[in-house]
This record gives sequence, structure tokens and C-alpha cells, in this order.
Amino acid sequence: MILVQGKGVSTSVAIGPLYFYQRAKSTITRYEIENADAEWERFKAAQAKAIEQLGELAEKARVEAGDEAALLFETHQMMAEDMEYEEAIQTAIQETKINAEAAVTDTAAQFAEMFASMDDPYFQARAADVKDVSNRIIAALTGAVQGGIDSAVPVILAADDLAPSETVQLDKSKILGFITEGGSGSSHTAILARTMGIPAIIGVGDQLKPEYAGKEVIIDGSTGSVTIDADEDTRTMLLRKLEDQKKMREMLEQLKGQPNVSKDGQSVKVFCNIGGPDDVPAVLANDAGGVGLFRSEFLYLNCDDFPSEDVQFEAYKKVLSDMGGKEVVIRTLDIGADKQIGYFNMPKEENPALGNRALRICLNRPEIFHTQLRALFRASAFGKLGIMFPMVTSVWEVREAKKMCDRVKTELTKEGIPFSEDVEIGIMIETPAAVLMSDRLAKEVNFFSCGTNDLTQYTLACDRQNADLGRFYDPHHPAVLRALKMVCDNAHKNGVWVGICGELGADLALTETFLSIGIDELSVSPRSVLPLRQKIREINVAAVKDKVLADLLSDETPL
Amino acid sequence: MKSFEYTITDPVGIHARPAGILVKKIKEFASTVTVIKGEKEVNALKLMALMGMGIKQGDTVKVTVEGADEDTAAAAIEEFFKANL
Repeated sequence: MILVQGKGVSTSVAIGPLYFYQRAKSTITRYEIENADAEWERFKAAQAKAIEQLGELAEKARVEAGDEAALLFETHQMMAEDMEYEEAIQTAIQETKINAEAAVTDTAAQFAEMFASMDDPYFQARAADVKDVSNRIIAALTGAVQGGIDSAVPVILAADDLAPSETVQLDKSKILGFITEGGSGSSHTAILARTMGIPAIIGVGDQLKPEYAGKEVIIDGSTGSVTIDADEDTRTMLLRKLEDQKKMREMLEQLKGQPNVSKDGQSVKVFCNIGGPDDVPAVLANDAGGVGLFRSEFLYLNCDDFPSEDVQFEAYKKVLSDMGGKEVVIRTLDIGADKQIGYFNMPKEENPALGNRALRICLNRPEIFHTQLRALFRASAFGKLGIMFPMVTSVWEVREAKKMCDRVKTELTKEGIPFSEDVEIGIMIETPAAVLMSDRLAKEVNFFSCGTNDLTQYTLACDRQNADLGRFYDPHHPAVLRALKMVCDNAHKNGVWVGICGELGADLALTETFLSIGIDELSVSPRSVLPLRQKIREINVAAVKDKVLADLLSDETPL
Repeated sequence: MKSFEYTITDPVGIHARPAGILVKKIKEFASTVTVIKGEKEVNALKLMALMGMGIKQGDTVKVTVEGADEDTAAAAIEEFFKANL
């Protein structure tokens, strides 16, 4: 039994084979080989693997889209085992003595060239098929995998840390839990784990050795332990814990359909944070009242160029209509800082967290903002929409953004395109400036939503991505909680509602505090909705309020 | 050796789909199948080489079948050309 200790994120337990995340290499290494027969065997093994993958893809396509769709993969399969193609590779390996990756690359180029030089456009296009097939074989040779996971069964995924674009592409059905070398509780992997309701162990450093790959591993988010090849007693203990969690979930099931109301009758809206239309089923399954934060970045992260108005419109419309009239708050583009996108061509910044990000990019590059707002207003005809601007520091920014909204509405009216007149406009409160200006900002908008991750980072001047700053980065810090209270007070004086859409919303240790200061909405990951509802229903706000408010005035928040 | 001539009617010619199915079909037999167009000839098992001939609608090809089961093979393959190409 091997025990590795990290920091747990979310409290659940998961068991499965350990799998190391694999990144695709963009270039291959070319070298001379000594044993041509062994190299040929390497090729044959990779070819067999590619053919097997293509067979699986063909079957998947057949089930989902019929025989015609399957044929593409079957043709690829035949190309992969084509005699002439194989012979050319064999010649390169046996006679030119180059490695299999280089032999496949050269042969692919040769065949692609043959097709490309034919005069019929149909045959010219087959050049792409040859390259595609060859890339699959090369990936099998180098062990690189598309989407990072190549396993028939779900796994515990180990990685150094995952970039946002990588987490988007992961096949979520193949992941039981995460282990990362670095990262903090606010890293993208940790957030993804919480969203999926699965455990993640972060900050294990270099304790995981490559030879552990494939071994059975049990991770426990409540203790941060990673147990490899557990002995019988440990295994039984951890499996019992897993069983208890299942029972807990069953108990939470019974809370579906119940209101989020405290013992003394204070109600709170419990909404969900989502990353795209695919998350909506989980929102509805967990009986959330709406979507409090729809991160629109996924539309920008999943492509090589700016997403068109229509592409965005379809995605927003889908979420709004799938939510069936429940409120959906969509946050406008929030990139910059730790989320960078190549085609934006943003110059490298010395201090990205304080740089050109979120609403600032939108105001600096109004053409990008304009496209998104048009898509949003067009989608507003299909449900109850709220539009939220991130990273606000000044009143003028909000006025400028609203002016752009007015321009879009005027355009749509002229073009005869329908949109809703009842779109709520809100802003994220995530900078100390926005907190201090909340009395003025409240006169401009319908709602505030506190992004507690950034609010904590900016209030405490503490980098949330820096694993060494763990104890300095304290979202329970009285400065953060006082800021939230100030925002609530200023909002309520102006008839504006206040939500929390950061990680803190699901922190049950703070639910009493949130109810006491009068937070109106908590937006959390779908899995957190029912535990939060249970917590809210146990609280008697009148009984705890005085103590909570007094705690806000102490040196540290007693928890 | 058996042989037959056939004029292609498929608008795209011998493209990936029928070429792929043809390869499958030929593998059912022991005979060697050769497709000849003008000066060029290829073993019809070589999918990409066959596609590379760029055989179009209206082209006439000669197909030869040689081997132990050439009688049944030639009949089946001629049948296949008529049905698919």
C-alpha cells in the first residue's frame, strides 16, 4: 500500500485505476533506428490500435447517426491497413532506417500529395483523410491522446494541473476524480471537480510516480489522502465512506421540490453556476431555481476564431429555453488574467490579474462586445435573461456597457428582430472599488452578484493561483465578509438584489452569515444545491443574526 | 485468368466508399484482381492506389481476375461493379 498526501477538494471518495493525463505533442522526433524489425513491430502495434479506435468510432457513429456516418471511419480503417501505404512505411523503416513516427509522417505526405495533385476536388479532399489516419497512428506511437484520456473504463485522472481549455475538452464520463501536482483550491481543476461533484486531491507535488499508472487508487477528498493498492482494512474503511455518501445523496433527493426557506421564514434563491448548455440537465435534476452564472467563455475557448453571433445566439437560446422560463444570468466575456485565448492576440502582460481583462477588453474592443450583446438580446426572446458584466470598478464602465446594450436594442428593433424588454442588467462585484462604490453602482443596475474568488484575491491582495499563499488566501477573512455586508446594505437601499456566484456560495460554514447579512441568491454548482437547501432549512436566522454581525467586527472570523 | 470491361456510371468515379467495399469484397476470394485503365494498372486490394488512378464517370476499365477461384470471383466482382460503380 502506498499513501500520498495532498489537499482535498470536495468531500467525496472515489475509487478507480490511476491514469496520467496525456498531452498531444505537435511535433515528432526523427531519428535513425538500429533494429528495423522491432521498429516495424512498433508500427504494426500502433496501426492495430488506430484500426481498433476507428472501429469503435464507426460503431459509435452507426448507433448515433447511421451507416453513412460510420462509413467515414470504416474508410479510414481501410486506409490505415492499405497495402501500398503499409509497404511505403515498411520500406522507410527497413531500408531508410528511420523511426516509425517519421516513416508514417513521410508516407502520409507522399499520399496526401498524390491526392492533392489529382484534378477532381473529391479526390483532392482525400488528402485530409490520409493525414487524419496517419496522425491517429502517430498518436498511438507516441502515446498521445486526443482529449487527454484514452481508457475504456472511468479513471482517477492525474495531471500537473489542467488549463481551462483542457478541462473543457475532457471526456467527463471517464473521470471519477482528480489528482494534481500543483494548484490551489481555486484552480480550474478544483472548480471542475466541485462542479462535477467528484473528489480532487491537489498539491501532491511529485509524489505520484509514473509506475503507479493503472494501479487501483482510492482518493478521499475529506482528508486529502491518495491510497494506492490499499490494504484490506483501509479499502473496507474507504469503501464504507463511499457507501455513506451514497446514502447521504439519497436523503438529499427527498429535498427536491422543497423551498429554500429558513426555520423562521427567510427565503433565499438557490441558483446554479454553469459553463454551457450541457450543464443544464444537472441544474434541473438538482432542482435549482435558475442559473445565477453562465460563464460564456466556453464559446470562446472551444474554437480557433471569434464565435459568430449565430453560434452564440444558439447556445444562449438553448440554455434559456431548456431552463423553461427560470431566470438565467449570463456573464459577458470574462477572459484575461488566468484565462487566455490565442486568437485574441493579447500582448503579454506583466500583471495580468490587474490587466486588460473581462469588461475592460469588451470596452476596449467594442466589436467583440457588440457581437455578444446582439446574440444575448436575440436570445432574450426565449426565456428570462439577466446580463452580467464582470470586473467592474467604475460607474462610467457600467454606463458605457449599458449604452452598448441600448445601441443593440435599437438595431434589433430596426431590423425587426424580437427581444425581451425585461432583460435584467447586473454587475459582478469582485473588486474593492466596486464594493466601495456599490451605493452608486446600485443606481445603475438591477442586481449585483459577488464573485468571491476574485473579491477575496483583490481584497486581500493575494494570488489565488499561488499554492504557497494558502493560509493568506482566506475567503473567510472579515474584510471579505464585511465587504459582502456593505454591498448588501447598499443594494437593498436601492431595491437591487444581491447574489453570490463564487465558490463561497456553497460554503456551508458561511450560510448563516449570508442569511444574516441578507444575501438574496446563492449560485452554486448543481451538486451543491440540495446540501445548501438542507443547510438553509436548518437555520433560524433571528437566533444567530446578532452573533454573526458581531463576528464581522472581530479580528478573525471564528469558525 | 478471367476479365471483363466496365464503363463507370457513378458520378464521382471510383471513390472511397465503393473502393473500400470493393477491397472488402476481393478479400473474400483467393484470386488477384487487377484494375487496368490505359497504361496504368493496380492491384485492386491497394485502396489508395486504386483511388489514385482517378477513374471518373464515363471511363472504361478492364478488370482481370486470376487465381484458384477466378470463375466465382470474376462473376461476383463484375456484379459488384454493376451494382456500385
